[in-house]
Amino acid sequence: MSKVKPASVEVRLPSRLGYEKVAMSTAAAVAKLMGFKEERVEDLKTAVAEACINAIEHGNLLNEGLSVGVVLSTADDALEVKVIDDGKGLKKMPIKPNIDRKIHGEEDPRGMGMFLIQALVDEAEWVKGVNGKSSYVRLVIRLDKDSD
Amino acid sequence: MQTDTKARVDQLTSPAGHPVAVLRFEGDIASTSKEAVLGTYQGLPKQTTKLVLLDFTKVDYINSSGIALVIQMLIEASNSGQKVYAFGLSAHFTKVFTMVGITKYAGLFPGQAEAMAAL
Repeated sequence: MSKVKPASVEVRLPSRLGYEKVAMSTAAAVAKLMGFKEERVEDLKTAVAEACINAIEHGNLLNEGLSVGVVLSTADDALEVKVIDDGKGLKKMPIKPNIDRKIHGEEDPRGMGMFLIQALVDEAEWVKGVNGKSSYVRLVIRLDKDSD
Repeated sequence: MQTDTKARVDQLTSPAGHPVAVLRFEGDIASTSKEAVLGTYQGLPKQTTKLVLLDFTKVDYINSSGIALVIQMLIEASNSGQKVYAFGLSAHFTKVFTMVGITKYAGLFPGQAEAMAAL
């Protein structure tokens, strides 16, 4: 697919840990079709997995009656991924994790997910849903024309 | 959906003559891996285990919950005067471990031979 026609792929996941791997695989397949290099595909897989885990755990509170929507939209030069849950959205962005503080017991060892998302994709934004529902995280990973 | 994490321990001696406990993981390292990761580590005798080497060769998927388990292990190791090293991570997870700062507290090596030679 040298010239990518815009396309949209949707996946609906149960709010059960482990199912983020379905979204990872789907995102990886779409990114490969678009011509992303393996290194960027791996970045995307981790970012999508972490976004889905957050949606399952914190958005839908592990309620298996709720699902997580994953919408992948291709453009000529970028792939956008929206991960949608039924939560109220982020109250505030967490602080950047600090490994020294974690090792010295001054910070929770967890809490790396959002940091990884931000570090691995070109854009990441967390959007609160209207009426406290359908909040989403929007990720964008761009095809670098020079190196990809 | 998550692949169960398997873990086993090999007790080796480095070329320099130091005992090394090698924790070999297989499967996913995720929230369900607590017993495999921390439980296996905590089963090592603290008095005699001073060098711990983590083998990720057969691990395909590590998420932030799995990274948190590795950090918890590093905290316990630091408190017990142990040194932790790792090998067998893919290029991607080498990058991830570096990003989150784990490499500051656990030296990474490409393979077992390189790790053992350095211990």
